[in-house]
Amino acid sequence: MPHEPDDRTDAEVCRVHFGGRTLTAQPGLSVAAALVREGITSWRSTRRAGGPRGLFCGIGVCYDCLITVDGHPDQRACLVAVRDGMRLEDGRCPEDDRGTGPDDGVRPDAAVGSRETGHGGGSGDAVK
Amino acid sequence: MRSSDVLTADVAVVGAGPAGLAAAGEAAAAGLDVVVVDAGARPGGQYWRHGPGAEGPAPGTHGRGTFSTLRAGLGRHGVRLVCGHQVWQAGRHDDGFVLRLRPVHDFPHDDAVERVSARRLIVCTGGYDRQLPVPGWDLPGVMAAGGAQALLKEYGTVPGQRVVVAGTGPFLVAVAAGLAEAGARVVAVCEANAPVRGWLRRPLAALGEPAKAVEAVRYAAALARHRVPYRTRTAVTRVHGDDSVRAVDLTALDHDGRPREATRTTVPADLVALGWGFTPSLDLLLTLGAATRLDGDGSLVVRVDDGQRTTVPGLYAAGETTGIAGATQAVREGLLSGLAVTADLGRAGRTGDGVDAGPSRSRRAARLRSGVRRGRRFAEALHAACPVPAGWTAWLAGDTVVCRCEEVPFAAVCHAVRELGAEDPRTVKMLARPGMGMCQGRVCGFATALITRHLTGHPSTAEALSAFGKRPLAAPVTLAELAASDDRTAPRTAPWS
Ligand SMILES: Cc1cc2nc3c(=O)[nH]c(=O)nc-3n(C[C@H](O)[C@H](O)[C@H](O)COP(=O)(O)OP(=O)(O)OC[C@H]3O[C@@H](n4cnc5c(N)ncnc54)[C@H](O)[C@@H]3O)c2cc1C
Ligand code: FES
Repeated sequence: MPHEPDDRTDAEVCRVHFGGRTLTAQPGLSVAAALVREGITSWRSTRRAGGPRGLFCGIGVCYDCLITVDGHPDQRACLVAVRDGMRLEDGRCPEDDRGTGPDDGVRPDAAVGSRETGHGGGSGDAVK
Repeated sequence: MRSSDVLTADVAVVGAGPAGLAAAGEAAAAGLDVVVVDAGARPGGQYWRHGPGAEGPAPGTHGRGTFSTLRAGLGRHGVRLVCGHQVWQAGRHDDGFVLRLRPVHDFPHDDAVERVSARRLIVCTGGYDRQLPVPGWDLPGVMAAGGAQALLKEYGTVPGQRVVVAGTGPFLVAVAAGLAEAGARVVAVCEANAPVRGWLRRPLAALGEPAKAVEAVRYAAALARHRVPYRTRTAVTRVHGDDSVRAVDLTALDHDGRPREATRTTVPADLVALGWGFTPSLDLLLTLGAATRLDGDGSLVVRVDDGQRTTVPGLYAAGETTGIAGATQAVREGLLSGLAVTADLGRAGRTGDGVDAGPSRSRRAARLRSGVRRGRRFAEALHAACPVPAGWTAWLAGDTVVCRCEEVPFAAVCHAVRELGAEDPRTVKMLARPGMGMCQGRVCGFATALITRHLTGHPSTAEALSAFGKRPLAAPVTLAELAASDDRTAPRTAPWS
C-alpha cells in the first residue's frame, strides 16, 4: 500500500525554528502541538483587529491556526507534522486590506511557495 | 508532486473514522476494490484518534478492539488507504464519481494522489464541534472541546493547566475526564442543561445502549476521583484576557437559558474547552445534491434509506453525516452501507472468506438495522436532553466576534437584520460577511442561523441552512488546482458560477 502513513523519520528529535528560537520536538508531533508544548499559544494575528490566534478546532476545520512553514503561507499548524530543520514564521500579515473576497474557498494562485506578500492572516479574502 | 496520480476503484470511501473503516472493511471483504481517503495522518477518525507510532487508540479506549479488527481487515482485503489528503471536490460522471484530492499542506508530497474515480461513493466525513460565540472566545486558550481532546489523544499534549470545560452534552464529561487524567486541573465542567447527571447513569441503559452507560459511569468516576466540580445550568458567559485566556465568568442560567447576572463568578483559567454538540460535515454530500433534513439537535443531516443510500444514486452516507449519534452507531451504519453497496453491485458478500454467506448476510443486515434504530432513539433522547439554551444570545455583546475568520461582530449581524432587512442566514452572510472567510462558515454557520432566528423570529429551515452550508469546494484550493479540472471531472455546476 503505497499511501500508508509513515510515522518513521530519521531524526530522533526535530529542531524547528520559530521566532528566533530553536525548539526541539518529537518527530510526528504536529506543528501546533510542538509550539503549545513550548508554551507558545498564538502564532499569528488577525487581519482586522490584529488579535492573537493559535489553536481552536484542533482538527483542520477552522483555519485559525495558520502559520508559514518553510515559506509556504497559510498552512494549518494542527495538521502539519514537524520536520527537522523546519522554519516556522508567524502568519502576521502586514497592512493588507484587500477588502472583500469570495466565499468559494479559492485561494490565491501559486500554492507552492511563490507568493510574495507575507500575508497569512486568513486568506478568505485573498482573491483569485 | 507527481501530477495526475489517479486511483480507480469499485468503491471510494471518504473518512477513515468508525463509519468509514466499517464501510470499507465490509465492502472489501465482499471482494470489492476499495480506496479510503482521510485528511488525518492515521486512520481512526475522531473517536479512535491516536498518536504517531501507536498501533491504535490508547488502552482503555472504548471500542479499541473494534478498531484493531477493522484496521486488520483493511490490510487483509487490500484496501488502499490514502491518508493526509483532503477531498476538496466531488463530482459525478457517467459511471460513478470522481474525487479531487490535495495533501493537507502545500509543500512537496512524495505520494500525492490527485484523483480517485469510483463506481460507488460512501461519504463518512463525520463532523466537528458546534460552537456558540461568547465574549472573548477568540482569545488563544479557548478551544473546541473536541480539539482539546484531539491534542491530548494524538500528541499527549494538554494546552493548559487550569481548565474550564463548558457547553452541553455528555461529551464534555469525556473531555474533562481525559484532561483531568492527563494531569490538568479541571476547575469546572459547566453543563448548560439540567438533567444530564441523572440520565448519565440510568436511562442510557434503558434506551438499549448499555455500553454507553458503562462509558459514562467511567467518566463520571474519573471526575469524582479528581474532584472536578460539575455545574449544571451554568455557562461560560465571558472569557477574560489580553493575549490569552486569564479567567472566565461562570453564570447560572434561568429556565429560558438566560444568564442570571447575580450569580456570576469569575474563576482563573488558562484553557477553556467549549462544545455545544457537533455539526455534521456535509460539504461533499450537498455538492452532489443529496437531500437533507433537520435533525433533532437542529443540525442539517443527510437523508438515507435503511441501507444508508442517499437520494443520489450510487451515493451512500454513514456516521455523523446522517445525524450525530456517536461511534457505535457510526460503525453500524458503516457496516450497513458496506452491505448495501455490495448488494447493489451484485456481489455475493463475504463468501470468499467463508465467514458470511447470503442468508446470514441478510440476517446481519436486519440486526444492524435494528441497532441503527435503537441508536437513533438514543440520539434523539440525548438531543432532547441537551438543547442549546434558548436565551444564549443574551450573553453576547455588540463587539463579540461571531465569525472568527472575518471578525464579524454581533453588532454587524444585528445591523444586517434590523437595518438592512436580512431575514435568513444566507442574506445575513451576504450583507455582514459571517461565514465568508477561510473556514467557509463551518464554525459560525450554526450560531449565525440561531442569531438570525432570534432577531427575526423566523426559524431556520433546512433550505436556509443548506444554502449557508453549501461549499462547492470542501477545502481552500488554488486556481492552479481549479484550472486542472477538466470537463469529465468537473462537478455539474461549476463551483465559481
Ligand atoms: C474533535 C472531536 C473529538 C471527538 N471525540 C469523541 C470521543 O472521544 N468520544 C465520542 O464518543 N465521540 C467523540 N466525537 C464524536 C465523534 O465524531 C463520533 O463519535 C465518531 O467519531 C463518529 O464517527 P464517524 O466515522 O462518523 O466520523 P469521524 O470519526 O469524525 O471520522 C470522519 C473522518 O473523515 C475525515 N474527513 C472529513 N472530511 C474529509 C474530506 N473532505 N477529505 C478527507 N477526509 C475527510 C476526517 O479527517 C475524519 O477522520 C468527537 C468528535 C470530534 C469532532
Ligand atoms: S486549529 Fe482549526 S484548523 Fe487548525
